[in-house]
Formats: sequence, C-alpha cells, structure tokens
Amino acid sequence: MMTDPEFALLLARIQFAFTVSFHFMFPAFSIGLASYLAVLEGLWLKTKNDLYLDLYKYWRKIFAITFAMGVVSGIVMSYQFGTNWSVFSDKAGDVIGPLMAYEVLTAFFLEAGFLGVMLFGMDKVGKKLHYFATLMVAIGTFISAFWILSVNSWMQTPTGHEIDALGRFIPGESWTTIIFNPSFPYRLVHTVMAAYLTTAFVVGAVAAWHLLRDKMDLRARKMFSMAMWMAAIVAPLQIFAGDLHGLNSLEHQPAKVMAMEGHYDSHPNGAPLILFGIPNSEEKRVDYKIEIPKASSLILKHDLNAPLDGLDTIDDDKEPPVGIVFWSSRIMVAVGFAMLAIGMWSLFARFRKKLYEWTLLHRAALIMGPSGFVAVLAGWITTEVGRQPYTVYGLLTTADSASPLDAPAVAASLIAFVVVYFIMFGAGTLYILRLMNKSVTGDEKTAQSGPIRSAGITPASNRTITSHTGEAS
Amino acid sequence: MIDLTIIWAFIIAFAVFMYVVMDGFDLGIGILFPALQPGAERDKAMNSVAPVWDGNETWLVLGGGGLLAAFPLAYSIILPAIYPPIIAMLLGLVFRGVAFEARWRDPKHMSFWDFTFTSGSIIAAFSQGVTLGALLQGVQVSGRAYAGGWLDWLSPYSILTGLGVTIGYALLGATWLIYKTDGPVQDHSYRLAAKLAPATIVSLAAVSIYTPFLENEYWDRWFTMPNILFSAQVPLITGIIIFALYRALKKRHELAPFLLTLGLFLLGMIGLGISMFPYVVPDTITIWDAAAGESSLIFMLIGTIITVPFILGYTAWAYWVFRGKVSDEGYH
Repeated sequence: MMTDPEFALLLARIQFAFTVSFHFMFPAFSIGLASYLAVLEGLWLKTKNDLYLDLYKYWRKIFAITFAMGVVSGIVMSYQFGTNWSVFSDKAGDVIGPLMAYEVLTAFFLEAGFLGVMLFGMDKVGKKLHYFATLMVAIGTFISAFWILSVNSWMQTPTGHEIDALGRFIPGESWTTIIFNPSFPYRLVHTVMAAYLTTAFVVGAVAAWHLLRDKMDLRARKMFSMAMWMAAIVAPLQIFAGDLHGLNSLEHQPAKVMAMEGHYDSHPNGAPLILFGIPNSEEKRVDYKIEIPKASSLILKHDLNAPLDGLDTIDDDKEPPVGIVFWSSRIMVAVGFAMLAIGMWSLFARFRKKLYEWTLLHRAALIMGPSGFVAVLAGWITTEVGRQPYTVYGLLTTADSASPLDAPAVAASLIAFVVVYFIMFGAGTLYILRLMNKSVTGDEKTAQSGPIRSAGITPASNRTITSHTGEAS
Repeated sequence: MIDLTIIWAFIIAFAVFMYVVMDGFDLGIGILFPALQPGAERDKAMNSVAPVWDGNETWLVLGGGGLLAAFPLAYSIILPAIYPPIIAMLLGLVFRGVAFEARWRDPKHMSFWDFTFTSGSIIAAFSQGVTLGALLQGVQVSGRAYAGGWLDWLSPYSILTGLGVTIGYALLGATWLIYKTDGPVQDHSYRLAAKLAPATIVSLAAVSIYTPFLENEYWDRWFTMPNILFSAQVPLITGIIIFALYRALKKRHELAPFLLTLGLFLLGMIGLGISMFPYVVPDTITIWDAAAGESSLIFMLIGTIITVPFILGYTAWAYWVFRGKVSDEGYH
C-alpha cells in the first residue's frame, strides 16, 4: 500500500506528464507552421502570385487557434514547476530560472507582441511590415525552443554548475557551459526537425484530403508538393540526427539507451538489436524477442563485436522503467521510417509525374497526417521516462523534487486538468479539423464565416461581414 | 553599492503591475460579458482585446518565471501554499484562451463560449485576488518549504481580496470599453463604470481596513513614525484619484477613467509594497533570504535591460496599430 506522500508524488508525476504532453502538441505544430507561414508570405511578396496569399490566410487561421492553445497550456507549465515541484525549483532555480526568464524575454514577448499584427493587421500596416511581423513570430517560436530545450538538456546532462552547502545547484564560472550542455545541440536539432516534419505531414494530409476530392485543386497541389519536399528532405536528415542523438545519450545517459534497447544483460561480444519483444522487468529479460545478432553494437558502436553494458551494471533503484522506454522508442523509430518511406515515394511519384494523380499516395499521406504528433510524443516519452528516476540527471531524484502537497489536492487538480483539457482543447482541435476540411479558396471574404481570422481575427460574426467588405482578410 | 536583490524585487513588482495593467481590462471584459448585450456589444468588446490578449498574458509568465529565477525560494514556498487558487487561475485562463478562438468559429454555440469566456475570466480574476490575500495573511513555513495544509489559503480575508480584485478588474474592463467604443456600447460602459467605481472603492477600503489587523507588523509598518509620514500619503492620493475618477465619468472623459482606475491599482500595489517590504513571505522570508545568487541575478539583469525596452516598444507599436475606436477603425 502506498503512503500518502508516495501517492501524492505519483499523482504529481501523472499530472506533469499529462499537461506537458498536451502542451507539447501545440508548439510541435506551431513552430513548423510559423515557418511555413513565413515561407508562404515571402513567396507571395516575391512572386506576386495570390495563390500563396490564399494558402497563407488559410493556414493563418489554423495557426491562430493552435497558438492560443499553446499559450494557455504553456502558462500552466510555467507555474507547475512551483506548484508541484517546489523542491526542484528551490534547488535548481538559480540555474534553470534565468534560462526560462530569457525564454520569456526573448521569445514569448516577441511572438505574442507581433501576433496581433500578423493575424489582424494586414490592412493596417504595409506589406513589408506585415511580413516582418510574420517573421518575428516565426523567429520567436524558434528562440523559445532554443531556451526551453536548453533547460531540458541541462536537466538531462547537467554541466557548468556547482552545488552549494544546502544542496542547491548554482551557476559555475560560465553560463555558456550551462546553456550549451552536452545533449543540447542534438536535442535542439532533433526537436526542431521533428516540429518541421510534424507540420509537413499535417499540411501534406490536408492537401491529400483535398486532392482526393479534386485532383485539379491548384492550391492543394501546391501544398502537397511543398509538404512532400519537406518530407523527402527532412525525414532522412531527422533519422541521421536521431542516430547522433542516440549516440550522445549512450555517452551521457547509458541507462536510457539500455532501456531503449531492452538490454537487461551486458554483451561483451557484440549486442543484438531487439526488434520486437515484451520486456519483463520481473525476470529481467525480454520475452518473445526477435533480434538481429550484433546489430545493436553495429549501430551504437559501429563495430559488430563491440561490448555493450546492460542494465545489470546499473543499480535497480536507478533504472528507468524499461517497458515504456522500449516501446516508445520503437514507435518513434517506426514512425520516422514511415515518414521516410512517404518522402521517397513522393520523389518517385514526382519522377513519374504522378504526384497529383496517385490516389494511393494521397491516401497514405492522409493517414500519416497525425504521424508527427505520434513521433514527437513517443520521442518525448523516451527521453523523459528514460532519464528517470532523476529530474537533474544523476544528482536529484524525482521523488526528492516534489512539493509537500496533500494527495487530495493533487488528485483534485489532476482530475480538473484532464476534464478541462479534453473538453477545451478537444473543442479547439475540432474547430481546426473543420477548418482543414474546407478547401482553400481564392476569395476568403465570401467563403469564410468571419473576416480573416478565426476567432480572434474575426471581428464580428457573419452579420458584420457583409457590411464591412474591406475586412482584414 | 546597488543592491541587486532590491532591483529584482522592483523588476518582479513591475512585471506584476504590467500584468495587472494589461490583462486586468482584458479579464474585466470577460467579467462584464453577462452585462453586455449578446451580439454586437459582446462582439465589439471582444474585438477590442483580440489582437493583444496573448501579449498581455505574457506578463503573467514573466511574473511567474521571473519569481522562479530571481527568488526561487519564494516561488517554491508560495506556489504550494496557494495550490488550489493557482490551479483554478490556470484553468480559468485555458477557458478564456479557447473561448477567444472558438466563439467566432462556432456561432451555433456562441452562448456556450460566452459562458466559458465569462466563467474563465471570473475564475482567473478571483483566484488572483485570493492569491494576494492568502499571501498577505501569511504562510506557514518550516525550513525551506511550505508547511501548512492545502486549504490554509481559504479565509474571509482572502475571499474579500478575491472579490475586490474581480470588481476592480471589471471596472478596468468598463473604462477600457469607454475608451475603445462609442455609441450605445460606450453609453452602456459609462453606466456600468458608474456602478463599478463605488463598488471598487468600497472593496479597496474594506481590504485596507482589514489588512493592518491581520498582524502587528502591518500595523507598525503603516502607523508608526516615521513610516506614517510616507504611508499617510497613500490614502490621501487615493482620495484625490477617486474624486478625479468621479469627475471624469461624470464629464464623460474617454481615456481618463481608464488611467485613473489604473492609478488606483498602482496605489494598491504601493500599499502592498509598504505592507510586505522587505518580506516576500510575510514575517518569515525576506527578499534577501529568497534571492538567487549574484551570478544568476546579473545574468538576467543584462537580458532584462537589453530586451525590456524593445518589448515595451513593439508592444506599444502593436497597440498603436490597433488604435482608435473598435467600431470605426477596428478590425473590419
């Protein structure tokens, strides 16, 4: 039977996992979408082709809803460090606090400050200034990723700090050692590319949906082509970056890689790559496994016979939960290769001049629409569960990080988060899907029920639209 | 030698005040929604904040993130102490953020989203007021952690501060609408402000009278020499502002009522500072106890000095782009 503090800790962990997973969906999409919007508006300004403007306006509405959900779910995260992980905040605040403050100062304000002009200001400022606002929003999303991933990476591979008499982490000589900690460059590249792929596959699926209805839809063709170029170029790069990130984890967080691989035992003469199986942590073995001999050593050490340590070299109470990490990493890799397959297929289709006619490809792209979200979540679970039982790797355990809260308080808040998130973000997602279901039209004013922007943008409802034709659209 | 800790106490106070300045009217509009006519009045009210609400809420993130960075001990004691109201506030902001977008997307369910917008705004405003009261009435601390129960924050005093902030935000919302609208909506806003102004003043007076009785330290800080020479100015200036606000509403000035209401909030903030300083958790943790190390404070101060002028600049620009009455040159 769990004690009350143990139960409160478990609830707090579930709450953090739930709220961060929900939150991560929005920036994973909006980082890529902000860049896509900047590309579309740039192409419109350069080519004067209104097709790009139509696409820009179409995706801007979707961006507005996504961004709003990202903002409000993100505010939750910035307070949850204190509400639920107060000991961690006290101990690590001197190091991670300034990085998060920089995120607010250099990214959040930039995004939010220019968002209003980007969404509603097209008729109020010049074209170039409006494009500047779009660029600032896109750059802001990237700067935000930079800082928050630096914080996360420092927690995974802490460097540049000292520990004072109270056991608190304090900055050492140089902040750059903290910011550019060993896993940060890999995590940044891998995560930002994941965001780009997520967006590419959403755009590709929406385009495919409209191509399945009408193969001559020029705007859908353009979207599809752009999305498939991204898939073809970024998916292989991402697999390569993921491999490098894995090698970096092997160096700094070997237990995480052991759990990913399902290596309960050490393999002095070359470790097998377990493709599938069921990790059995009771017996410390993988049941029903299908494996390729020595392939794991080949991937991780680039040598068939290289020895690889297993979880038998790690104390039981310092191991991550193997089953979750084993499965989530396989899902991530499988989705990554499926993305690569779509990218290659699209190149072949382009070569055969069937990109816009190949119904099967369109169906496949449609199914792959949510694949980025699946991969991002699976990857996030792999890296976060894989670094357990620590919040600051090797130095501060999760159990020692939690707030002194009573279990009923955390239980009540967890239930409230689950109910509110599913209803509110469920509704927001539903509206996004409805927008996606509409085809991109050249004349937004008549096709849409509001002026330009969905919610915010739209000044009033339909009745005002008719009387105000010079809408923001 | 300039004390970095005091500088940071002022920066955090500035961020909190900026949040109140910018999101107060924003939440106030949500609070007032039921009093506005469904349809054109509500549309205009929401349009008056649609381009700026994201940026307004960012100051709340700076307040929270800045507290973590500059005063990590305060952050880690205060937030668990006010756990339920903080969670409620966060969920209220979720309601609002989604309602902003969903309301226009789904006219068939507009009344549901209006309800969501209002309830989210009221929950967020009330929770912020409760948080203020809970902090002022004191928090039980043991070592470096909160040591009380999860309902300690709940008291007549914190309910009173919760109501006070909600009513004050509603007045900010009404005076903002006076500034940003014209015609029937503006007339309606004047009538609302005429009712909300006395209500705000009563709440402010009630909180001011109650606070010195919470504990002796507050009494001493306000009413002993030489502090009284300074603190006595606060009620005096408050009286002047109240008089000016009444005149401005009566003479139908457009911008002055909003600015004067902000003045009331600024005075409340100064009063809060007099009551608290130099403590961040009353009577137990001072700002020096709670402050992060010098290296962290300097590192952030550099970033703050460089970025905040830009932030204020482009924020002002965004407001300028959407200047004027919503109905005339709004977003249509």
